[in-house]
Amino acid sequence: MSVRAEELERLEPAAAADPVPGFRRAHEDPPWVRRLLIGVALVFLTGFLLLPAAAVLWEALRGGVEVWLAAITQPDAWAAVKLTLLVAAIAVPLNTLFGVAAAWSLTRFRFRGQNLLLTLIDLPFGVSPVIAGMCTVLLFGGQGLFGPWLQEHGVRIVFAVPGIVLATVFVTFPFVARELIPFMQQQGKEEEEAALVMGASGWQILSRVTVPNVRWSLLYGVILCNARAMGEFGAVSVVSGHIRGLTNTLPLHVEVLYNEYAFRAAFASASLLFLLALLTLVAKKLMEWQQLRARTAWERAK
Amino acid sequence: MTIQIHGVSKSFNGTPVLRDVSLTLPEGKLTALLGPSGCGKTTLLRILAGLEAPDAGEVRHGGAAIHGRSARDRNVGLVFQHYALFRHMTVGENVAFPLRVRNRPKAEVEARVHELLGLVQLDGLAGRYPHQLSGGQRQRVALARALATRPQVLLLDEPFGALDARVRQELRRWLRRFHDELHVTSVFVTHDQEEAFEVADRVVLMNAGRIEQEGTPAQVFEEPASPFVMRFLGAVNVFRGHVDGGRAFVGDLEFSAPEPSSGIRAPAHVYVRPHELEIHAKRSPGSFAAQVERVTVLGASVRVELRAPPYGERLEAEIDLPRSHALKLRHGDGVFLSPRRVRVFPGHDPEQDSITASGL
Repeated sequence: MSVRAEELERLEPAAAADPVPGFRRAHEDPPWVRRLLIGVALVFLTGFLLLPAAAVLWEALRGGVEVWLAAITQPDAWAAVKLTLLVAAIAVPLNTLFGVAAAWSLTRFRFRGQNLLLTLIDLPFGVSPVIAGMCTVLLFGGQGLFGPWLQEHGVRIVFAVPGIVLATVFVTFPFVARELIPFMQQQGKEEEEAALVMGASGWQILSRVTVPNVRWSLLYGVILCNARAMGEFGAVSVVSGHIRGLTNTLPLHVEVLYNEYAFRAAFASASLLFLLALLTLVAKKLMEWQQLRARTAWERAK
Repeated sequence: MTIQIHGVSKSFNGTPVLRDVSLTLPEGKLTALLGPSGCGKTTLLRILAGLEAPDAGEVRHGGAAIHGRSARDRNVGLVFQHYALFRHMTVGENVAFPLRVRNRPKAEVEARVHELLGLVQLDGLAGRYPHQLSGGQRQRVALARALATRPQVLLLDEPFGALDARVRQELRRWLRRFHDELHVTSVFVTHDQEEAFEVADRVVLMNAGRIEQEGTPAQVFEEPASPFVMRFLGAVNVFRGHVDGGRAFVGDLEFSAPEPSSGIRAPAHVYVRPHELEIHAKRSPGSFAAQVERVTVLGASVRVELRAPPYGERLEAEIDLPRSHALKLRHGDGVFLSPRRVRVFPGHDPEQDSITASGL
């Protein structure tokens, strides 16, 4: 059926493209409006996204590949890369766990305070990351609420890796849950009920039905969470103390270099972050494409 | 296994959905829970499956109370209205799921899946995904999956609701034959009277959280226990009248009222099915005058809409095609009507104006 339609369109492109003069499809704007809107969008995209990105790469590679390589293989830079990856490796799984648990409990049960929890999940989106960092300091810093107790036990959180992880976890808290909740709401709980009646345990339902069902949304949420975890600046900046080679993540490293007028090295490190972002975007695009394919197959079958 | 439901009540957020429902579902029989949407039939099914807990009352499987057992330990087969197939699993994996979560040996699982897919005539489709199947095929996969663990009870929620008319017809007959081979105690929920009658051994009519009547399809159709049942099981003409000493009166007409009347004159309604309302060209005893409004050929039968003030403004009669030819009915013709069979219910009619208005 659809093949026939495509063939027809190929045979008579003029008929499809040109309606009777004077008639226009109801949802179609005049050509000049379309061109203007597309033009504005393109100018914005170029001016605010493509140009800066190109500038970063250009600056980073201006001195040649050797200079770039030297800048990113410098010990402090490597330490920053490793710390960034470590923080992401801790924060992302934690928030994935939390996200699945939150989405599951918010979509599968009704309980008091449900709406409150739903709102609270968004809190990290609402407050400035700097405030998130301050909260960590206020709680775990030397003068903070748990500070004296932590000091007694020789645990260092602020100006150390644990603080950076905590701040990152706070900031990247909502991503996974936010991706999953609407999807799981839309899916309903019939398949899980079916599994329950068939004798599956709670864990079996989660691992064999729920998670496989939401896997694309879950991966998508994880990717976004990861991008933010690696790129976070504000919150981490407050708690890190900027100790070179120890508590500098990649974004902080870029700032330090920049403030020292080491522009070439700063841009080289920035280009690393940029590459990570690019990788994330590609992964996200692939994922969206996969999901769309799965969904259209499902809809068509319905 | 016989299922006994005793005094079950359930409400959601203060709205009662089931009110003191007691019912016995006989062993090996196929029972239909029939009623309009919102009558509580699906809730009752979910309570049987263990997906909802009743507020009061108990459910017994073969004499043993099961309210302490969770849904996963009841060994009940449940087919959902939209099948609830696992969309990320193939047909074979779907059917194998209940066996795998019970950690049955691999060889046994494979053999059983093969057997079940044969049973529902889907051999060779084990590798397909649900979205590659037609509605009827998905239905049968859901059925195979529900039967995988040899449940003693099979529950089906609106099993034909999501299918188009022709597939529905075929599947109904197929399910009936299927049940005759398996003889597992089965319950299915439907709002479609025809479907319930065609498939079920017993029909349970529900309304507003209560059971109105239960019995074989013939019983509930021939001897409706209440005006609700009368109305729900097809079109009906309603005449307002009164009962007095074992007789019912509507205008000049008089019928015997089987209800043991207290002998005191009381308001009553007389119900006549369209196919039990006869049309005559000439007046005969016990008939009343009417005027033809509209004649519609339905196929083998003909529906005639009439008005007969003061008996009724909108009456309906159904006659067969030869009779219609003999009468040569046309709009505006004067005819005479006589009920061949009536059912009398004292008291008020629950939906006086919704189907057929009546005079007097």
